[in-house]
Amino acid sequence: MHLDHSHTGHHPERHSASAALPDGSRRALRVGLGGPVGSGKTATVAALCRELRDRLSLAVVTNDIYTQEDAAFLLREAVLPPERIAAVETGACPHTAIRDDISANLEAIEDLETALLAKGAPLDVVLVESGGDNLTATFSKGLVDAQIFVIDVAGGDDIPRKGGPGVTTADLLVVNKTDLAPYVGSDLEGMARDAKQQRGELPVLFQSLRGEPGARPVAAWVREQFTAWTARAVATA
Amino acid sequence: MAGAAALLLLADGRFPAGGHAHSQGAEAAVKAGRVHDAATLEEFCRGRLHTAGLTAAALAAAAAAGHDPLALDEAADARTPSPALRRTARKLGRQLMRAARATWPGPELDELAAARPQGVHQPVVLGLAARSAGLGPLEAAQAAAYDNVSGPATAAVRLLSLDPFHATAVLARLTPETDEVARRAGTAGSGAVEDLPAASAPLLEITAEQHATWPVRLFAS
Repeated sequence: MHLDHSHTGHHPERHSASAALPDGSRRALRVGLGGPVGSGKTATVAALCRELRDRLSLAVVTNDIYTQEDAAFLLREAVLPPERIAAVETGACPHTAIRDDISANLEAIEDLETALLAKGAPLDVVLVESGGDNLTATFSKGLVDAQIFVIDVAGGDDIPRKGGPGVTTADLLVVNKTDLAPYVGSDLEGMARDAKQQRGELPVLFQSLRGEPGARPVAAWVREQFTAWTARAVATA
Repeated sequence: MAGAAALLLLADGRFPAGGHAHSQGAEAAVKAGRVHDAATLEEFCRGRLHTAGLTAAALAAAAAAGHDPLALDEAADARTPSPALRRTARKLGRQLMRAARATWPGPELDELAAARPQGVHQPVVLGLAARSAGLGPLEAAQAAAYDNVSGPATAAVRLLSLDPFHATAVLARLTPETDEVARRAGTAGSGAVEDLPAASAPLLEITAEQHATWPVRLFAS
């Protein structure tokens, strides 16, 4: 909890995305992963955990729509120990839990931070995976510091052209399952062109988890974010 | 009425305090077939209003009246046999505390948050939030009573694909009773803690325990 909250007209950001823990130490970087159902968010999270877990202290919060399956998958795959995985239930509205009413997710993140701090293993990065939703579902800035939007080539190669808040504004757009492109007739160059048009200078990464380099480019992007986050936290300390 | 706008804000279903993920027993009642249309939703909400709703509203009123919130948290435990419902109430209380401290900051909320970082029963926090917003016991009771019927009605729309106009009309038909329950709760909340209402709905307690074990569900409770 935020015991040092003052009432002198400061922004209420301490309740959500303040860069420091109540004791003044740096809190973990929070990265959201959103995107339509079946685009490969959970598989990407699992792959990111495998790539990053030896370098960074990681935790994952899943937002399942009506089960605990995403959390169960991550546990079964043993990508992280159970004490680093938490599931949030979203009451049939996954976008509400990441955008309009972020309280349950903030609580899950803080519980993970507190528990791991108590074990002497403070977190570096928390990955928050949204429940599968639609193209308008984005994370609140009160919940995450950076967000990745995951779409896939089989969901239709016109998705980048259609745009929408996820495609247009996410800090990173991942076009997943590029290995399927020849089978579903998706035009990867066209997707790249459309994404560039929608996103300007914001980055886009094409990814296939079935082969090299797998999730390594996305993992490298997360590490860049973490480096920048750490530098920012030092600068403002 | 003084503070009407603050009451509307506090009672708004969009107030970001985590309630949207909870059906307040409606999901279990829908699965059991007891709630399947607007008429049965109305019966469910009416039952909830006069039992758990009255008790919650009185706890909220008592917190708004300035009673010790820790004593009220114990009183809420005594009125909530189901461990699952206690866990849910404290979880929602903790989430409401976060939203309340951001919207109506005040020393009483800070003190309670420091004393119980894992949360106290949601109606107690609701009452204290109302107090911090400058509202009195009656208004706190109104917010709690309304929450007890609007939550299940919203959930039923999602669970049953119920016509949203019909669900909202249910709430409109219940407004005289909601006001009456809030009035009784508001009066009780200004009295002694040991005299607070202890109306309960055993079926809500039983189904809450069952619901907590479901592997597949839309709502957290």
